[in-house]
Amino acid sequence: MGFTSSRYNTSYEKDAAIVRTRLQWGFMIGFIVLLFSFPFYVDSDYWINVLNLAAITLISVLGLNFLLGYCGQISLAQSAFMAIGAYTSALLANKLALPFWVSMPVAGLVAGLVGLIFGFSSLKLKGFYLVMATLAAQLIIMYLISHMSLTGGVEGIILSYAHLGPVVFNTGRSSYFLIMTITVIMVFFSTGLARAKIGRAFIAIRDNDLAAEVMGINLFHYKVFAFFLGCFYAGIAGSMWAYYTGLVHPEQFTLIDSIWQLAMVLVGGMGSIMGSIFGVAFFKVLDLLARDFIGPWVGAVFPALAINITMGMVQIIFGLAIILFVIFEPRGINHRWQILKNYYRLWPFTY
Amino acid sequence: MDYFLQMAISGIMIGSIYGLVAIGFTLIYKCSSVFNFAQGELLALGAYVCYGIIVQIGLPIWVGFIGTFVFAVILGLAIERLTLRRMVGQPILGIIMMTIGLSTFLAGVLLITWGGRYRAYPSFFSSKYIHIGGVVLFQEYLYSFSICVVLVAVFFWFFRYHKWGLAMRVVAESHEVAASMGISVMRVFALAWIISAIVAAIAGIMLGSINGINMSLIEMGLKVFPCILIGGLESVGGALIGGLILGLSETIYIGYLGSIFGSGFKDIVGYVVILLILFVRPYGLFGWKRIERI
Repeated sequence: MGFTSSRYNTSYEKDAAIVRTRLQWGFMIGFIVLLFSFPFYVDSDYWINVLNLAAITLISVLGLNFLLGYCGQISLAQSAFMAIGAYTSALLANKLALPFWVSMPVAGLVAGLVGLIFGFSSLKLKGFYLVMATLAAQLIIMYLISHMSLTGGVEGIILSYAHLGPVVFNTGRSSYFLIMTITVIMVFFSTGLARAKIGRAFIAIRDNDLAAEVMGINLFHYKVFAFFLGCFYAGIAGSMWAYYTGLVHPEQFTLIDSIWQLAMVLVGGMGSIMGSIFGVAFFKVLDLLARDFIGPWVGAVFPALAINITMGMVQIIFGLAIILFVIFEPRGINHRWQILKNYYRLWPFTY
Repeated sequence: MDYFLQMAISGIMIGSIYGLVAIGFTLIYKCSSVFNFAQGELLALGAYVCYGIIVQIGLPIWVGFIGTFVFAVILGLAIERLTLRRMVGQPILGIIMMTIGLSTFLAGVLLITWGGRYRAYPSFFSSKYIHIGGVVLFQEYLYSFSICVVLVAVFFWFFRYHKWGLAMRVVAESHEVAASMGISVMRVFALAWIISAIVAAIAGIMLGSINGINMSLIEMGLKVFPCILIGGLESVGGALIGGLILGLSETIYIGYLGSIFGSGFKDIVGYVVILLILFVRPYGLFGWKRIERI
């Protein structure tokens, strides 16, 4: 991670800056302008919906990335924590009529606090045993949600749309700005956090938790905080999901969703914010391809199986993607991106 | 008392099938430290292939069985050779994601080939009841229970006396020791996968002949996780005991508490148990406590 050969940092502020060159500033501002003006030049609710859902997933995946990619704690319960966030905000909005900017952080906090329980046990639970515990958590939480009268059972809860003064976020187009604003804030927050002491401590714990403890990192605090953080992000994402779709339902937060989020972290590249973005983008594109292009195409060739083909194709393609990435590029897409960036920076030299 | 006996016996019968599925998991974990999330798919594939040979192609039953076992051998070998062999020594997450990817892939293949609808299975055993005292037994359960008992006995013999069984135990103990004794670790891995796939196929066929088959057979893989954890990941006998405990607790729960808490809770009851066990004993009931060094 260097600069081009003629450029050096001349002050500590420059050395620590997140955005380091004028070109990066240009790219960043350009990207944000592009992101927020997207609905004005693309007149398609389909693509706006895709981006909205991708952004919501991204927030949850960022949380999982802290937990898994930075701190090395495997969790199969991320979508259950999303569900906790979604139901919390749905209940707060319906029963107490709280506005979204109150219920959203509260939903994050509640999900985070439930996650603390696993944070406490993660000190001793390792590897497969932690996977099992979080798997059990996913199934138990979703069972409770789909069987309690408070959460509306299998029918779920319908909630009113978020509104800010006179503006009601009831369409994909209006929600887009809200979702993107929150997502951009969360991404920046994550970037900062990952570079701060907390992020460094997480990485030390991931690499070897005993060694980290010997080096003076309070294992208990940081592991618990990692779980809190991961579940907090999931809660926020769940809350946004609830407000965006207007309906929360147990079927929306299954074990499969947790697994996809795990796969997104892995394929994107563990332990990098960029990696999470790549992972979400990769799987969303794959999903679209499989669902809207390959699936129907195969279905047209073999019409007898058309109903199952689409679902089956999605599963086959996702499964293959995971297998191939684990075998050939376990460091994820982000690793390739870094290689590309270095190549560009140092060009025409090789190092 | 008859009621309790009835519950207990049907619990043991179901539990033995759980135990059989769980043994498939532990075989692989013991040798290669791979936790196979695709076991449920292996089971379902076995059941569907047998169904396909017997019902869809219309061959006799014994051809169906042999064909299924041949398929299971090829499948186990292919999985080991193509995917998991490359994962030796990789971090846990990679291995978990690999088996999850495999399970997704196989589930997709199943869905495309056979579809999601329920299919009745040819019944290999007569479906009459047997009365023993006041206890009513399904013959199907009795037969599958006996098959489980025989298989477990064969496993115990295999691991104690057979050359390859001993080799598998050495590999479970230490790869270096096994290699220096002239045992091919890779072959043992392949053997573990083959045996595991066959065991899964047998369990799948048995479950199919009892309940018929549909895509929910896959969930069997998830369902037996609690048994493995109760039994400890490394112990074959423990897996069987775990299976029996799970089967018993399920039927006894339904028999006595199901009317109070709702019968759907039985699918979760195992997970509540493992969560409690893990909070108290982070290595499972019979698992090995590892000593960590930096």
